Amino acid sequence: MALLDVQDLSIDIGGIKPLDSIGFAVDKGETLGIVGESGSGKSLTALSIMGLLPLIGGRVERGSIRFDGMELTRLPEPDYRRLRGRRIAFITQNPMTSLDPVIRVGEQIDQVARLHLGLSGSAARRHSIEIMERLRIPEAATTYHNYPHQLSGGMKQRIVIAMALAANPDLIIADEPTTALDVTIQAQIVQILGELVREKGVALILITHDMGVVAQACDRVVVLYAGRVAESNTVSAIFASPRHPYTQALIGCIPRNAMERGSLVGIPGLVPSVARYPAGCRFHPRCTRSESLCEREVPVLERLASGAEIACHVADKHEAAHA
Amino acid sequence: MLSYTIRRLLLLIPVFLVVSIVIFLIIHLVPGDPIDNLVRVGSTPEQKAEITARYGLDRPLVEQYLIWLSQLAQGDLGTAIVMRRPVADLIAQNLPYSLTLGGLALLFSTVLGIAAGVIAAMNKEGRIDRTVMTGVLFGSTMPSFWLGLILILVFAVQLRWFPVSGARSWESLVLPVLTIGLGGMALVARVTRIAMLETAGKDFVLLLHAKGLPARRIQLRHVLRHALLPVVTILGLRIGWVLGGAVTVEYVFARPGLGMLLIKALSQHDYPVVQACLLMLAMAVMLGTLLGDLIQAAMDPRVRSALT
Repeated sequence: MALLDVQDLSIDIGGIKPLDSIGFAVDKGETLGIVGESGSGKSLTALSIMGLLPLIGGRVERGSIRFDGMELTRLPEPDYRRLRGRRIAFITQNPMTSLDPVIRVGEQIDQVARLHLGLSGSAARRHSIEIMERLRIPEAATTYHNYPHQLSGGMKQRIVIAMALAANPDLIIADEPTTALDVTIQAQIVQILGELVREKGVALILITHDMGVVAQACDRVVVLYAGRVAESNTVSAIFASPRHPYTQALIGCIPRNAMERGSLVGIPGLVPSVARYPAGCRFHPRCTRSESLCEREVPVLERLASGAEIACHVADKHEAAHA
Repeated sequence: MLSYTIRRLLLLIPVFLVVSIVIFLIIHLVPGDPIDNLVRVGSTPEQKAEITARYGLDRPLVEQYLIWLSQLAQGDLGTAIVMRRPVADLIAQNLPYSLTLGGLALLFSTVLGIAAGVIAAMNKEGRIDRTVMTGVLFGSTMPSFWLGLILILVFAVQLRWFPVSGARSWESLVLPVLTIGLGGMALVARVTRIAMLETAGKDFVLLLHAKGLPARRIQLRHVLRHALLPVVTILGLRIGWVLGGAVTVEYVFARPGLGMLLIKALSQHDYPVVQACLLMLAMAVMLGTLLGDLIQAAMDPRVRSALT
């Protein structure tokens, strides 16, 4: 049984349904990538697991989220609160706005240990500085007393990661942790997260739109499109033989060596807005291989023998053909 | 922080000079003069000219201004022409009444306004929120002199809980404080509520929830702290307003105070008194704004680093 098992999850926010029966699992020591363009429902997936949908007026409509044997969708809020920050930690998208601007960064890390580990003031402070040092924050004891606006973006993201680590969580959900950062800092952050998985055996869900980050850091990957799972597979298999036309297009968007100037192409069109999802396969208006069946019928997510999952009418599902 | 405070205090000097010129010009350019209130009916123009000369009102305006300013610099506010008493005495007699009323009203609107705003924000869109905000809307649309009259009618005339007017006991303070305070409370409640709702949507609040902090603690310790920044600015501006804006309320309740003194002096064209009163009110606005800025800097490290 995996540490986190999400099945058939659908959510409702004020009458619109931005996630439609998505599912995936992640185990300790494993990194799961959730990829997709903006508006595909990646961040909402994270909020669903954190149990924070009510903050934006949403709720889980159907499906189950099992974490270490507990059914989170039916967990009372006080119990959920003890889980948040303690066993399931969250790293937000934008480090520039994720820290309370009027409180010293060290105290913001302390909060977690004081709340969940019951550490007193000075013990919590030693604990925080220790984590900051482990994350290679230079002069941790000085930085501890800084305010967020005195730190760079990469340093702020390390503080956010330190907050996530403060109570030794089992699962970390990182929502686009590198998007707002410089490329060089991005690599460092991905490396830090990778070390956590290897050394501490935490389960990591890495939400990103960057296939490069997926290739670098993940074991498995779930490709989301317009609130549905398009394809899910191990990272090596998905890069070796992407089956879903959307996955193929995403991988086609990664710049490679020896590319000619101007030959990098995007995917034409945009992810449809939640209010105007097309009938049938939601990707068909942008798909190069769509048939009339795709416009009418929703493709079901099929599980192949190798463990790969795919929801497409036209994709090649013969495993041998790619073996 | 200290050098900033000193810099801001020094900056008040030029502002003070400009304000004093404006005040001086306004009162002197308005038709009519205090001498009309002094001379007896049937006096000859010669007698009138003599009195005018005695108070120096026949000299050019620039000269009059400079005399006033140099006396002011020595701490001399002059002598009231019509009331025939040192202006400083008149102010000293009336200012405590205004300060008590204004201070209590400000305290009332701050404490209750923030509380109402917090309660409304924490019950966003719920019944409590709607009830509080409807009350607040009433409070902010009612003119204070009218509210004062209604309060007198209900609590002084009908119920006889408080005196109708005067300033003899603490009971006589209740209705005026309510009259001024309710309007301020409505303003503070609205700003607090909006600022809290706006802050609640910020990323860092989401992360606080994700850290497992109880929702109530997030609201009171983090969200409210941010929401108070605009509230402090408003309150700073209101310090001056409460002193000067109490004029109508002092009038309704027949209370002594700076406002009453100013109205009386205005109708008599008593230049020195009007000038001194307006100057006090202008000072209150300037110092209030400064105080608001200083408190804001103390509360927000980003403001502090922008100062140095």
